[in-house]
Parts: sequence; C-alpha cells; structure tokens
Amino acid sequence: MGRLILEHTLQGHKGRIWGVAWHPKGNSFASCGEDKAIRVWSLSGNSWSTKTILSDGHKRTIREVRWSPCGEYLASASFDATTAIWSKHECNATLEGHENEVKSVSWSRSGGLLATCSRDKSVWIWEVAGDDEFECAAVLNAHTQDVKRVVWHPKLEILASASYDNTIKMFAESALDSDWDCTATLSSHTSTVWSIDFDADGDRLVSCSDDATLKIWRAYPPGNEAGIATPDKTTVWKCVCTIAGQHSRAIYDVSWCKLTGLIASACGDDGIRIFKETSDSKRDEPTFELLTTEESAHEQDVNAVEWNPVTPGQLISCSDDGTIKIWKLSE
Amino acid sequence: MLSYIKRKLSESDSVANSSSNSNSNGSTTAAELVRKTSQMSLDNGAIAYGEDALLHELGYRNATDLQETIYDLLRTIRDPEKPCTLEDLNVIYEDGIFVMQPTRSNVSVVRIEFNPTVPHCSLATLIGLCIRVKVERGLPHNIKLDIYIKKGAHQTEEEINKQINDKERIAAAMENPNLRELVENCIKDEE
Repeated sequence: MGRLILEHTLQGHKGRIWGVAWHPKGNSFASCGEDKAIRVWSLSGNSWSTKTILSDGHKRTIREVRWSPCGEYLASASFDATTAIWSKHECNATLEGHENEVKSVSWSRSGGLLATCSRDKSVWIWEVAGDDEFECAAVLNAHTQDVKRVVWHPKLEILASASYDNTIKMFAESALDSDWDCTATLSSHTSTVWSIDFDADGDRLVSCSDDATLKIWRAYPPGNEAGIATPDKTTVWKCVCTIAGQHSRAIYDVSWCKLTGLIASACGDDGIRIFKETSDSKRDEPTFELLTTEESAHEQDVNAVEWNPVTPGQLISCSDDGTIKIWKLSE
Repeated sequence: MLSYIKRKLSESDSVANSSSNSNSNGSTTAAELVRKTSQMSLDNGAIAYGEDALLHELGYRNATDLQETIYDLLRTIRDPEKPCTLEDLNVIYEDGIFVMQPTRSNVSVVRIEFNPTVPHCSLATLIGLCIRVKVERGLPHNIKLDIYIKKGAHQTEEEINKQINDKERIAAAMENPNLRELVENCIKDEE
C-alpha cells in the first residue's frame, strides 16, 4: 500500500481552479481558473510562491494551460473562444477561430504543432510558423459534440481527442495528401470522456469519464503479434481494461506518469486515487490495482492532476475549492 | 470539509459577537456547542451516526430538514416565461428532492428532480441551471447536486440531463451575460 502525503497547500487564485501544468523542467508550474488569470509558481527554499501573474489575456475563464516542450512558451485555452500564447510574461499571439469556449490546448512533442478544441465540436491543428505566428493546418469536425480534451502522442504526430459524445478519436496526417484524418474512434464509455493521457511510449492510453470509470486502451498496429485485424492498414485501438467501482462520481482528469507508470485520477467526489499495474498484468489484458485513495484530497471537486515530469512520485492537483495541492507518494 | 464548516461557523460567530473568544485552534465554539446540544435534545437524545452525523454537523436535524431547506430555496424561483413560481406550476415539489448517501469524503449528495410543464419545454435547461445556482448559492456548505428531469416528462430528457449536470457547460453558461441575467432574474428574492 502507498500513501499520498500532502506537502503544500497553495492559495492565490480567486474561485475555482480548472487547470495546473508542470513546466517540463519540473521545478515550476502554471495554474489557471475562473479568475481569468494565469499564475506561474516556483519553489524558493522550502515553499512554493507565485512568481508571475499573467492577466489581461482572456475575458473569461481560463480552462487549461500547457507549456511547450522547450519550456519557453505557455499556451492558455479560454471560454472567451481564444487561445493565447505567452512568452516571458507577455502575450505573444492570440489564436482566434473557434466559435465558442476553447476547452483544451496541447503542444506536439516537437513543439511544431499546437492543437485546440472547443464546444463548437471542432479540433484545430496549428502550425507554429514563427515566434508569434501560427497557421491553421486543419479543422477537424469528426466529433458530434463538444470536444473536452486534446493530447498529443508522446513520440509521434498523432493527436487524441476526448468528447462529450462519449468517444475518443485519433488523428494523423495522411502520407498521401497531407490532410489530417480521423484514423480511429474509441467507443466504450457511456458518458462524456473528460480527459485522456498516453503512457510513456504512447502504446497505451488511459481515459476517464462522467460514467465514473477509467479505461485503458492499447494500440494494435498493422502486423501486430496479437493478430488483431487492422482494416485499411491503420492502427486499431482496443479497450483492454476497465476500472469500475472505484470512483463514486464523474472523473475529471487522469495522469499517466511517464517515469513510474502510475495512474492518478481526479474525481468529482473530492478524491485522488493512484493505480498501479499489477506484477502479473498481461499485455493484452492488463490489470491495475488501487494503490491508495485520498478521499478528501480537496474540499470540493478535484479538476486536474498531473505527475511531475522530473521528480518521480510528486503530484499536483487543483480544485473547485480554490486551492492547489502538492503531494508526494510514499510507497 | 469539517474544517471548512467550522471556519464558516467561526466567521459568522465573529461577525455576530466580536467579543467572543475565538478558540485558537479553530475547535468548536461555545455558541456552536449550545446550538448542537439543543439540536440533540430535539432528537430525543438519539446518538448521531453515519449520514445523520454529517447532517447534524451541517446543522440539520435529519434528511427531511435538508430536503425542506432545499425546497424552500427552490419554491420561489420564478418561471422564465410565466408570472408564477416553480412551486405554483408544480415544476418543483418536495417529493422530488432526494437526500442520497454522502460521498466517501463525507459531503452530502442531493438529487433534484423537476417536472417541465410541457414535454417540449424549451426552457427546461434554463430551469435546471436556475435550480443548481440557487441551491449552490443558498446553502452555507458544500453539496453535490444531481439534477434530473422527471422520467418521461420531456422529449429530449437525456440530452438535457447530461447538459445540466456538466459542470464545464454550466460554468461557461454563467459567464454568458445574457444567460446569466436570465438566471439572476429567475432566482432573485422578491423585495
């Protein structure tokens, strides 16, 4: 059994905090919420404090923030229908195009592509053309409802999106005509898919949903050993594990640690849970055990969790209760 | 949760009586003890346990008391179109408020069911929004709300249920100035 030890409780934002994101170096992070401000926090001595407040960039709630892989840029997605790109405390660019709330933003591994998604049901892919220049490379209308989250594959230029239409979709650029196409639709959840995250290699994906389950999906490329058919020679994603009965309300976020392989979930029942793959887990039928539950991790819904990309076992969370918490997993 | 309520209680105490000694570690104040003791006696000395203990902690006698408190908040909501309240129109009724088992983190869970006047009511989403905002603002403690249309009472019941329980959509809706004004008008207390 492991245990989550609360290291720090941070206050600063007014109202609900929607998102937190570790800097790729793992020594600072950004947070955002309904107060329309972004705070950048860093560790000085033994305490975390706000180093910078980025305001005046958005007119409504900021739903998500993400650092570019180089750590130079910060992208913010807002209910005001825009995505802002920040560098050295300045707003460098504002990406317009979505009809209404932008809910998520994600940088590709190389930092050369940016994806955004919205309640307008579309996913946009932007090419980074320069310091402050972004060109729309594709508008993808594959989902039938709001798109809640976009996440790039950790190694390839494959984009995953999660939606209110209960599905997850994969997108890739066609080698033939360099158009972006939907290459897979992952159906199994029975309600909104709130969030998704790949494992370190990108062979697997974890998803969390309003249906109070987590699901693990595996990629089966053409010619896979398991003998899974791959029509049109495209990779097939199959749900290989469902974790049910552990969460009592909607699960709003999930983070798959690239260092330890542990999965953390953020739930509407105020809890944070940590799952570990069992030692006898099978490749095509993996099994996960609940390592620990922090039932009252926050006083209200937990909206986001993210593992530190550098320090193993360090987890950050934020909540409707207006606090950010930093946890250390002791196994 | 407990500390939150205690903080809130001590805040209100300090407003009401600034000279009262505030306990340094935030433990139960004398005033609160008196209040609690009197509630216990109303319950004929029954020892609170489980769900009742949570309700007592929040200042309710029992589940019915919480149910009635929520009903009192909801009954005065005005219909977006007609010059009537949701109670007048039987959109809201006391039997439609269910106190469920609390979360494992010990927060009350309440399910509210409402009955739109007509099965194609275009304002059902707005009514759902009003119900949520009124209860969340009206109660001095955290609560988990699940709001549903009475089964079979609307043509697009499932669609609306999903929408009015999606916290992200609700948050965005309340940032829309027009929608917000509509909600505020429906839920404001009569002068």
